[in-house]
Amino acid sequence: MLPLFWLRVALSLYGVGLLYALASFWGGRKVLTLITLPAVGLGMVFHFVSIIENAMFSGTWTPTSMHGLESLLAFVLMVFFFIVYARYRATSPGLAVFPLVFWLTFSASSYASPTEPSAPIFVSLQWIYIHVALILIGYSALFFSFILSILYLIQERNLKSKAGMNGFWSRLPALATIDEIGFKCLIWGFPFMTLGLIAGSILAEARYGTRYFADPKILLSGLMWVVYMVLLYTRWSAGWRGRRAAYLATFAFGAAVLAWAANNVSQTHRFLAP
Amino acid sequence: MNFHVIGVNHNSAPLEMRERLAVSEAQLPDAIRSLVQQPGVDEGMVLSTCNRVEVLTSVKQGADLRGFLGSYFGVSPAALNSHIYEFEQREAVRHVFRVASSLDSMVVGEPQILGQVKEAYAVARGLGAVHSALEALLSRAFAVAKRVRSETAIGSSSVSIASVAVQLAEKIFGSLEDKTVYLVGAGKMAELAARHLIAHGAKNIVISNRTHERAVELAESFGGNAVPFDQLHETADHADIILTSTGAPEPLFRREHGEKLLKGRRNRPMFFIDIAVPRNVHPDMNKLDGMFVYDVDDLQSVATDNAAERRKEAERAEKIIELEVDRFASRMKSLAVVPTILSLQEYCETIRQAEIDRIRGRLGTITPEQEAAIEAMTRGIINKLLHTPITTLKSSTDHPEAATIHEMIRRLFNLNTGKPKD
Repeated sequence: MLPLFWLRVALSLYGVGLLYALASFWGGRKVLTLITLPAVGLGMVFHFVSIIENAMFSGTWTPTSMHGLESLLAFVLMVFFFIVYARYRATSPGLAVFPLVFWLTFSASSYASPTEPSAPIFVSLQWIYIHVALILIGYSALFFSFILSILYLIQERNLKSKAGMNGFWSRLPALATIDEIGFKCLIWGFPFMTLGLIAGSILAEARYGTRYFADPKILLSGLMWVVYMVLLYTRWSAGWRGRRAAYLATFAFGAAVLAWAANNVSQTHRFLAP
Repeated sequence: MNFHVIGVNHNSAPLEMRERLAVSEAQLPDAIRSLVQQPGVDEGMVLSTCNRVEVLTSVKQGADLRGFLGSYFGVSPAALNSHIYEFEQREAVRHVFRVASSLDSMVVGEPQILGQVKEAYAVARGLGAVHSALEALLSRAFAVAKRVRSETAIGSSSVSIASVAVQLAEKIFGSLEDKTVYLVGAGKMAELAARHLIAHGAKNIVISNRTHERAVELAESFGGNAVPFDQLHETADHADIILTSTGAPEPLFRREHGEKLLKGRRNRPMFFIDIAVPRNVHPDMNKLDGMFVYDVDDLQSVATDNAAERRKEAERAEKIIELEVDRFASRMKSLAVVPTILSLQEYCETIRQAEIDRIRGRLGTITPEQEAAIEAMTRGIINKLLHTPITTLKSSTDHPEAATIHEMIRRLFNLNTGKPKD
């Protein structure tokens, strides 16, 4: 029971982050930032404790259910948030990250206690863990570049509309900063995503042979990877930003969400227990 | 203590008057020394900026500060009286807080004034002209100014066209450090805006003007380069910011130029600051992704918005200042009762000691334990007796009859005789 306890403590602290995200739309103040960041930071610490305890309980680092996976993804997203914050002092990604993290953590913590390993154990669990970790980092990076491409669009519209500097959106970072964060996330995330997919393929090949690759989850992941690469390429070669980049990022993110959700329909890539 | 401020500012006096009263940096120590030598002046400092000349003092009754200003600067009382303002006590405190917080400035919220006040304070302090009372006032004023700055957005937005342009450029590019600025047209306004951009870090300045000599001349003064006017469009894709101010009757930059420029710079954003009338940049340019075009009206409307926002923030700042004045005043009042409390305690302690000495002989030999018991008992009695008068004194500072209570206690315990310390 304990791991869930700490996860729920983390959840309530993430709730502060969620409130911040909501309150910002009614004109959040600096004071809120002073409370929010320490709160979600503390939430991360408890979250980490719960992940450790979960691993000790189930005897493996590999998440043993969709809920464990959600918890891990939420944690990686928070790590990303703080890395970006440490480098750029940008809190605005929190507008989207906090609600998502809250939702993932909520889903993870409202479910029953950790279970015995239920993933299909076909190779060493430790190897799956590498696959999972790489992919989650890739997902987080993709999510961040998606958020930032939206923020870029908003800031671009804001500046073009000549609305002045006193509106809500005027608190966003400079356009160039948003662009840089988004691009960095894209670049850093790509190798993780690629290696993660390769690791997964090797593991699956060993277990199922080539028929594994006709699975919907795998096809969607492949699609996502292709869009990701196109996104990176157009940005790198032609400097695509703003609208066009946002369309592509939305597409890539959509594919990623579907690939994530496809665990429920996939024949081979799924947790045995619900 | 008794604060007193006298002075002129941009509202009360015309420039000629401010000029006559202005105190140069070299002259400042002398002015401060003469000020504190005035009869009745305990402490004093002089603040002289281009918009104000003020004398801040802590005085006793009867100090003639108008007389000092008139004689020191050789201005007739009649000329002085119609332009001068004077504040005392609470009003003086409020005025100092408002000045330090830039609420009394010509451009409300401008950041320089706080530094100027700090400087004037440091000079006066170095001369020993500022110590207890003014020191308390000024250090509080600095804290209030900081609070106003952090709790309101009074200084956060620009109100001139040139500074709005810079702020927008920073909203687009973040830092201007490695950005290239093209000046197309080399008039006065362009020069001013360019100086603003340079002050905010822009380093590469390129100038193009129909009269090439003027471009070369200006380029030299900025340490930039000049580009012949007919090569403008070929080289403009190097520019991150283009500031146009030519008298051309038709737009110099149209949408199709923009498309080419974007291709040349792989879609990196570009900022057009168009201060020419008629406009040098076609408004359609703003419709291209990554192109930002602000003309004179756009800049002006942002500046006007900002000014309105500042006025709103200034109102909030006034509220903060009101609170701080209250707080400062009650602190000063509670400081005023401290000497009374001390002498009351001293008075009782003297009586206690005398009584103990008197009975010591009659008691004969007593053990240390007994002696300690006597000490404790007598102290206990004194403390219990004094408890109510002291707490009444401390809590009475905001009471309307505070002065009466204060005076009554001094009289009841006969504290005024022999030691008019205060």
